[in-house]
Amino acid sequence: MSYLEHNLKAVPTGFRKIFYLNWPLIVLLTAVACVGFLMLYSVAGGTLDKWAAPQMKRFGVGMVGMIVVAFVPIWFWRNLSTLAYVVSFLLLVAVEFFGSIGMGAQRWIEIGPLRLQPSELMKIALVMMLAAYYDWLDVSKTSRPLWVAIPAALILAPTFLVLKQPDLGTAILLVMGGGLVMFVAGVSLWYFGTVLAAGVGLIWLTFESRGTSWQLIKDYQFSRIDTFLDPGSDPLGAGYNITQAQIALGSGGWAGRGFMQGTQSRLNFLPEKHTDFIFTTLAEEFGFLGAFSLLALYIGIIAFCLHSALTNKDRFAALVTLGIAGTFFLFFAVNMSMVMGLVPVVGVPLPLVSYGGTAMMILLMAFGLVQSAHVHRPR
Amino acid sequence: MRRSPKDALESARGITRRALMLGGAQVSFAAVLALRMRRMQLEQADEYRLLAEGNSVKIRLIPPARGLIYDRNGVLLAGNEQNYRVTITREDAGNVDSVLTDLRHLIPISDDDAAALLAEFKRRSPTTPITVADRLSWEEFTRVAVNAPSLPGVTPEVGLSRIYPRAADFAHVLGYVGPVSDYDLSLIENPDPLLGIPKFQLGKLGVEAKLENRLRGKAGTRRVEVNSTGREMRELGRQEGTPGDNLQLTIDYQLQNYALARLGNESAAVVVIDVQTGDLLAMSSAPSFDSNLFVRGISSANYRTLTEDDHRPLADKTVQGLYPPGSTYKMVTALAALDAGIISPEDTVRCPGYVELGGRRFHCWKHSGHGRLNLVQSLEQSCDVFYYDVSQRIGIDKISEMAHRLGLGIRHDLPMSAVAEGLAPTKAWKQERYGKDWVIGDTLNSAIGQGYVLSSPLHLAVMTARIASGKAITPRLVRSVNGVEVESPEIPDLGLNPAHLAAVRAGMTAVINSGRGTANGSRIVAADWRMAGKTGTSQVRNISAAERARGVISNNDLPWERRDHALFVAFAPAEAPRYAVSLIVEHGGGGSAAAAPIARDIMLFALNGALPPLSAYPESQRGRIKSQQDTLDLVAPETASGGKTRS
Repeated sequence: MSYLEHNLKAVPTGFRKIFYLNWPLIVLLTAVACVGFLMLYSVAGGTLDKWAAPQMKRFGVGMVGMIVVAFVPIWFWRNLSTLAYVVSFLLLVAVEFFGSIGMGAQRWIEIGPLRLQPSELMKIALVMMLAAYYDWLDVSKTSRPLWVAIPAALILAPTFLVLKQPDLGTAILLVMGGGLVMFVAGVSLWYFGTVLAAGVGLIWLTFESRGTSWQLIKDYQFSRIDTFLDPGSDPLGAGYNITQAQIALGSGGWAGRGFMQGTQSRLNFLPEKHTDFIFTTLAEEFGFLGAFSLLALYIGIIAFCLHSALTNKDRFAALVTLGIAGTFFLFFAVNMSMVMGLVPVVGVPLPLVSYGGTAMMILLMAFGLVQSAHVHRPR
Repeated sequence: MRRSPKDALESARGITRRALMLGGAQVSFAAVLALRMRRMQLEQADEYRLLAEGNSVKIRLIPPARGLIYDRNGVLLAGNEQNYRVTITREDAGNVDSVLTDLRHLIPISDDDAAALLAEFKRRSPTTPITVADRLSWEEFTRVAVNAPSLPGVTPEVGLSRIYPRAADFAHVLGYVGPVSDYDLSLIENPDPLLGIPKFQLGKLGVEAKLENRLRGKAGTRRVEVNSTGREMRELGRQEGTPGDNLQLTIDYQLQNYALARLGNESAAVVVIDVQTGDLLAMSSAPSFDSNLFVRGISSANYRTLTEDDHRPLADKTVQGLYPPGSTYKMVTALAALDAGIISPEDTVRCPGYVELGGRRFHCWKHSGHGRLNLVQSLEQSCDVFYYDVSQRIGIDKISEMAHRLGLGIRHDLPMSAVAEGLAPTKAWKQERYGKDWVIGDTLNSAIGQGYVLSSPLHLAVMTARIASGKAITPRLVRSVNGVEVESPEIPDLGLNPAHLAAVRAGMTAVINSGRGTANGSRIVAADWRMAGKTGTSQVRNISAAERARGVISNNDLPWERRDHALFVAFAPAEAPRYAVSLIVEHGGGGSAAAAPIARDIMLFALNGALPPLSAYPESQRGRIKSQQDTLDLVAPETASGGKTRS
């Protein structure tokens, strides 16, 4: 009799589960989503129909999905992890062959009425897969090379496919998200040091490959890196995004220009103002106060997840909660760093705020897992 | 998997440790983000604000309305008309090629123009709007305006463009405006930002060019919010500029029109000046051209027609044309001699038809000779020998000094292009210019306005006016600016002995009114308007020895371009002078036949303020004059349009 099964009697059943949800987390998620609606309303020039209303609908559907996921016991999801990973992987392979073209990269696949972005799915499936793997693995074997190689392969296989699409942002998130789960699971720090060194080597190799037949990343990705290193070199070309984003952000000042008063974003100076660069609109219209508040909300979400994981004695539940929270952290940290000019521009949306269907729904489903882990924790 | 409680505890501890490390890392990174926000939004906020301001708010210039130009009666000579045009800004258009192709579906742009425009786009800065179509009809303009949202970078604009309602009559005086060229800009230090506006109209010639700074005005500015495609979203503020100054010229449009019409098909020029004030009432150079063609961009075919015409329509002969003044210069020699005390008005000289000097014969135009003549008679009959004789006694420097006093050989300050200086030669001048000594033959030639002496019709008009009034008048073209009269300084006296001036005037009166005068055929019989003047015929060829041996060839036997220039200067009324006229007909032959009749008509028009009455002409000529008047194509009198001061 497992520890979990031993304590099952304490787990709530039926609709009583609703009282055991992590309500502060739901409130925070909703708060962040509301910030998103507000911003989408603003960048659309004061209309709901363009972006805000569809986003609200998706949020509603996503919330329902989250509750449904939360009501299903966490061990069911653990048993489903491998399947989720395999399906996601196959979809990624499929997208390589049948995917439609969007934004210059193959990212979408259409199954019936559903328009799916398998790489989004993979971010969660990978976390689940690794959590299940470490739940299954004997804790003492965690740092043995063979048992480290397996999760490494599990991470790198989809990463490779995503990189081929090419989607640098998601690839980085996959590696970091997967590595994060491995880190939390207790893999020796030596491995991380080694990987870090190897990563630096790989970056060097990538730059070496430039202009050769075996070039590792596309030209536009190179140019994005170039303009990150020196945005002024091409202020109206590739550096435009960065320069304009920073101007918008910086001009917000302490309290911003006021709701709907952002001249930069509304006047089309910002590209992708409703997706990857929506943070700049917030920063411009609500200033440091608004931007910092959003950051605080995000950190709040992370804190509640961390607390939930630390109080959860189930290994899979804790790992999946930390993995999802970590991935969530990576989303907003990379996006904010990107628009603030700390890292090169990679296509990473601001979670729950940026306009985008699949990303938001999948994220809410993932928080469903966190909720499920919370509800069904051994007591 | 199933795990023992010990293992589970181990697992939980491990996770907790790593989770706390992770959480710490996350909070640290969040702190970095917060610090970055603080730095950008609080510390550097002002910098970014400035950048943002420049991004979305652009300062656009409002071109001022160019100053209007009126004639002395307030009739509009140069105005502005609405001009519908379309510009493309490369920065906003993106692919200029495709935008231009789309635009060509809406408005006609020829293949040549399109190619030229694409070349211009490459040459100019991407932020400079280039005018791709000009002078569109209202239909074409609205077609573009309606489709503008789907044509990035395309802006339909309404601007002002110069128009000359009396283009031909005033082409030389006013000149014309044209689009600013790179060459124009290269000449100007610190050019007005207005000149950066593509196809901004800049004065190129004449008054338009010389008074550019008064006419242009000051640009206003508009602060507009634009989106990243450069399209204006709204206007934030506006500061009106100041329109250019309105000018009123001294020219009388009706007289100007009549003068040009009267010059007809000749290559000729006439200047009418007020002898008391120096106001220029007419300055016509024939043939003229349509200055509006230049504003719109003249076609190369039209331009070639103008440049290849041997009558040189583009040249303003009134101020740019330099001619030997011929016998009209004899007043200068006469006054120089009188002023130097060499002769008195009663002294006589005998004319045998020539003067022998250093083995060379200097002929009088009348080979048989005039016999004994005094000053008045010498002018009346235009005896050359009289002046050969007098000039030897006074010397060239005294003659040229008098020429300068009478306004010859100096550049008059008029706001017109290439105002010629002319030449009244001196010994020093020849030494400097040719490195040769002045010889006595040069003096003889100069005394009758040949040789080195050069003057424009303007010079001769000023000379005549000064003789007529005895005052050192200077020519004046601008009468008032913005309705405020241009103050002219007190006109000084010439400082010549009135008796001497009276003698010269008497001679000039005799030229026309005495039966033996060279221009007796062009007399005015109306007692109040009697004219005084002097004919002149200036050689444009050197008479070869062979030609001299055969005797003087009649002008009519020569090709046009080798015929003599016909000159005539006059003032009227002879007893109380008001106006002076100088006129040249290039290669017209003799001054009395070709120039004097035209000058008389123009003088009469000036005196009468309208077509001269036939009663002013000698009875025998009235029939011919009547039919000639009927053939002239004149403008109808017009009332002042600008509400300006009338004369």
